[in-house]
Parts: sequence; structure tokens; C-alpha cells
Amino acid sequence: MDFTIFLIQVLNALQYGLLLFLVAIGLTLVFGIMGIINLAHGSFYMLGAYAAFVLTSLTGNLFAAIALGIPLAFVFGVVLEKLLFSHLYKRDHLEQVLLTYGLILIFEELRSLTVGDDVHGVPIPELFAFSIQLSDVMSYPAYRLVVSVVCIVLAIGLYFLIQRSRLGMMIRAGSHDRDMVQALGINIKTLYAVVFAIGVSLAALAGMLAAPLSSVYPGMGFSVLIISFVVVVIGGVGSVWGALVAALIIGFADTFGKVLVPEWAGLAVYLVMAMVLLWRPEGIFRKG
Amino acid sequence: MNQNRQQRRTLMQAVVGLAMGALIPLGAAQAADPVKVGMMLPATGTFAALGTAIDNAFKLYVEEQGGKLAGREIQYFAVDDESDPAKATENANRLVTRDRVDVLVGTVHSGVALAMARVARGRDTLFIVPNAGADDLTGQLCAPNLFRTSFSNWQPAYAMGKATAGMGHKTAVTLTWNYAAGQEAVKGFKQAFEEAGGKVVKELATPFPNVEFQPFLTEIAAIKPDAVYVFFAGGGAVKFVKDYVAAGLKDSVPLYSSGFLTDGTLAAMGGAGEGLVTALHYADGLDNAKDKAFRAAYQAKYGMAPDVYAVQGYDAAQLLHKGLEAVGGDMSKKAEMRAAMRGATIDSPRGAFTLSKAHNPVQDIYLRKAQGNLNPVSGIAAAKLDDPATGCNM
Repeated sequence: MDFTIFLIQVLNALQYGLLLFLVAIGLTLVFGIMGIINLAHGSFYMLGAYAAFVLTSLTGNLFAAIALGIPLAFVFGVVLEKLLFSHLYKRDHLEQVLLTYGLILIFEELRSLTVGDDVHGVPIPELFAFSIQLSDVMSYPAYRLVVSVVCIVLAIGLYFLIQRSRLGMMIRAGSHDRDMVQALGINIKTLYAVVFAIGVSLAALAGMLAAPLSSVYPGMGFSVLIISFVVVVIGGVGSVWGALVAALIIGFADTFGKVLVPEWAGLAVYLVMAMVLLWRPEGIFRKG
Repeated sequence: MNQNRQQRRTLMQAVVGLAMGALIPLGAAQAADPVKVGMMLPATGTFAALGTAIDNAFKLYVEEQGGKLAGREIQYFAVDDESDPAKATENANRLVTRDRVDVLVGTVHSGVALAMARVARGRDTLFIVPNAGADDLTGQLCAPNLFRTSFSNWQPAYAMGKATAGMGHKTAVTLTWNYAAGQEAVKGFKQAFEEAGGKVVKELATPFPNVEFQPFLTEIAAIKPDAVYVFFAGGGAVKFVKDYVAAGLKDSVPLYSSGFLTDGTLAAMGGAGEGLVTALHYADGLDNAKDKAFRAAYQAKYGMAPDVYAVQGYDAAQLLHKGLEAVGGDMSKKAEMRAAMRGATIDSPRGAFTLSKAHNPVQDIYLRKAQGNLNPVSGIAAAKLDDPATGCNM
């Protein structure tokens, strides 16, 4: 591997890691703050991607689709929380798993009934539909770099939202002691609905941003669900920085696993997970 | 004299008529029982559209024959196999043991088809595979009761390897999902390519259904082979081709594949697939009357264009018809019926084909060059290609 190729592989790893961060961040927030194991997270990603496909064909532009899709996802999240998830906070994890697994099946079937089972492509926005030449035969699509930048901006934004804003303070307090927060006069129900809706919106945004890269196909939610859980577990449940660091670790493990030990590529990610958990069973950034 | 002859002819006709009449009750007992056909195909899930195409075309053929094959009505039993190998044995048993079907037809997913083969073998039920490409079905698991009207994974891949070498390429890198179909395809490609003097310099694989291809594209750019062979289908195919084009590799390192890469996926690729050369046993724009008639009839009945899966379903019905014809609709004559099917020439929309001793089609594999949303034929990659049927002792 010469040095240019090595640098391109590092770029691949960073870029993939950031995309994973975007997908996993909603899961870690909902899991860490609300204690909900949300298996349907992958479905929100899938719904986001299909929304991008439908809205892009209607509006002709991915950015317009995202601008429409985010509020839709937020409202959808609030409705779901009020109707279903709000009944689960005090219940067993098993019941949460049952509900969210049921949701996966329902969302897949709805998708099949409304949009069908075909594979669809979403065009990359004109503005970024070009590639940057990196070596004599290899070039890099600009849109991938744009997605990476969006991921970094989101990571910083979320950090400030949770660590520095008043809403973030309430969220953090709520995850520590629900009853005390309520006793202090904060409407915990609304707070949870907002957190959940943010989680859904982030998953949907990930789906929408990834749609032009990954194409849109049935079952696309399942593939991201497992890797998202790996990221959440390695990073430490509920930690934004943990998710970022874990996603980057996975990005590097996957990329260089594929290149250096192709026969073991499928295992590389899980080996890394096992090693991290032996070293820090609570995940890298789990506090207390 | 003339009148005499006329009378004699009338008499003869009467005698023949009576004789036929006497035979009718025998045949009637049989004709009263329809042939029970068990259609085990995916009606839900990723492969639903493929299952529907096979089912549609099978029924189209039977209707074209007036709803009967060799004088016998056809009664359908259907099970949605969900493309789930875990449920395959149970589903196949429902048709074979409970419904006691005379013929089992299915399916798309190779893992499911392998389980069906075991069930059908246990009861010695006639089993026709209208898609699943696993080499083993007409290899290690080949059986007198098992017939395939589609292809083996080896076939299009071998043909593509031969054609790739024929285009003057000396080195190639292969890439596939690490599952049976992909591995079989890569094996076929490598065999043909290296037989013709080429060299596969690196075999890359990624776990199914992982679609993060960027590291592999970088690897290909580093190796700079003369050609790349891949095996992907569906969503993975769309993503791979788009990534390949975006990485700027399409113009410098030509990409080849088995035809599934560009079948039903070109629209979703949004132009990225233009000009891709693939090999398959069916193509758009074939110059034969049978194909034109088939496409018109299918379009008229179902309001959409048929695809390769429809062709395979249509041919499954044709093959069953050949067998039933040979024994006058009497399915108890198993050996005779199977011998007739084995020896049949199927006048398929893909072009006529015969069956190998392992019951896999011996067929032309076409080269196709993607144009718009179609894969028009651009040549023949391998004529009358016979699967090696490794491990078959029939």
C-alpha cells in the first residue's frame, strides 16, 4: 500500500465512521436518556431514505426534501412517543423490544404497500454532483465529503445542545432522576417527547443524507441497526462523544479490516467491540 | 363407386368414433382429477416481484393452452415462502405432504430451494426450479425428480470470464458478497478467465449485505487491473455501480458482471449503469418470434414487461407440459415422464434450450450492453453452455 492509497483509505474510514455516527447518535440519545431499547431505529432510517426518494421526486431537490422531511419526522416522533412509547418507560426491556420489533414489521409492510419493493436511486444534488481527483485512477465524490462535514457540524451542535443549553440541562437531569425533575416543576412528559422526536429526526436525517449514496431498498434499516448498536455499546450508552469516537473506531476497523485481512473483514468490527468491552465494559465514555 | 367409398369412410369414422368413445371413460377418470401444482414462491419481502413474475408467466402459459396441459386441468396450491430458509422445510411440507401436490414449483432464494429439494426428494415429488441458481441443485443434490429451467450461478459467470479474456484483458480483480451465490459466480469467472490465459490477481469479498464499498474501490484503484468482475444484485448492485462511477473507475477499469447487476436496477442507477456489459441467459431485443409473442402476451395480460424471471416461470410450465404430453397426462408413469422432460427441447423466449444430464438448461449465454433501462443483446458470450454439474452422480 503506497502512501497516497493509505491516505485515501484513511479518508474512507473517517467518512464511513462519520456516517455511522450520524445513524447511531439518535439511538444512543433515546437509549441513554429514556432507557428505551429502540429496535425500530433502523426503520426510521429506512423511512427517512424513502421520504427522501419520494420528496425528491416531488420537489426535484434533495435539500428541499430534507427541509420538508425533518419537520415531518419530528412530528412523527412526537406522535409515536405519545401513542406508544410513553407507556413503556416503566416497563420491562422485553416489552420495549416486542413493541419496537413489531414496529419494524409494520413500517416495512407499509413501505411495501405504498412505495413497493423496487430499488430506487436518489440523485445527488446538482451542486455537489462532481468528483475530486485523488490519484491517477481514483477520484472522490464531493457529496461524500459534504455528508462528512454535516456530520461534524451535527456532532458539535449536539454537544452544545446537551452540555450547554437549558434544554440539555433538563434532558441530562431527566435521565438521572425522573421524579426529582418532575418535582422541580419541569414537564418531563413533554421533555421526553422532544428527546424521542429528536432521535427519530436524526435517524431520518441520516437516511435522507445517505439515500443518494446507498440507494433506497427494502430492508436497508436492518443493516444499519446492528452496526448502530455496536457503536452505542462501544461508545457508552447516552454519550455523544462516545458515539463519535466509537463510530470512528468502527470506521477504521471496517475499512482496514477489509483491506488488510479480507478473509476476516466481517469479524474485524466485532473483534474490536469485544476488545473494547474487555477493557471498558461500560463503553469508552460511560460515566459512573 | 364414389358413393361406396363415401359410405365406407363414414363407417370407418363411426367405428373409430365408437372405439374412442369406449376409451373415454378410462381417460375421464383421470381427467376429472386436476394436476396439483404447488407454487412455492416469495409473495412478500425483497424477492416478491420476482415471485410474482414467475407465477404470472407460469399461469400465462397454462392459459395459452386453454387452461389444460395434456388434457388435464391444472389446480394451483400456493405458499408464500418469504425467502426464509428457516421456514422452507415446513412450507414445502405443507405442499408436498398436506396438499399432496403432483408437482412442486419454486423458488427464487437458493437456500429455500435447497430445503425444498430435500423435501421433494423424500416423497419423490416432481420438483421444478424456476430461478434459484445454487450450483448444488443440479450438482451434488441432483436427482431424477429435480429439474431447473433457469441457470446455475456458474453459467453466466463462466461465460463472462470467457468473454472478458476474449476482449483482451489479462488481469482481473473480483468482488462479491461473501455468500454462496457470489462465491460460485467468482469461481466460474475465475475458471474461464484463467483457462483463457488471464489471471485473477485479487479476490475481494464483503459480508452480505454490507454495502460500504469505498475501501474496495480504493484497493482496485491501487491494483489497477485490466478488468473487474463483481456479483451483486438489487440494492447492492445499484449502490456498487454508483460508487464505482463516482470513484472515476468506470472509464479506466472496465466493470463486468453476471446479468443480475443490471436487471431491474438500471432505472435506480440513474444513468450510472449506461454501457455496462453483463452476461445472462436472457436479454432485451432478442431476435426470435417466440420472445416477441411472449412479451406481447405478457404485456397484454399483466400490463407490464416480462423479465428474465418471467421467462423462467414460463419455461417451467412448458417443461411440465412436455412431460405430461409424453405420458398422456398420466403422472403415475414417473420414469417415462421424467425421461421425456430430460430429453425435451424447450422453445423458450430466451431461445430454444435442452437439459443436461443433471437437468440444468444447456443454453446460450448472451452478452448484453446496458442502454437506458434495457439490456439489449450485443453478442453471445458462450453458446450452448453446459454446467459442469460437479458432484452429480446421475
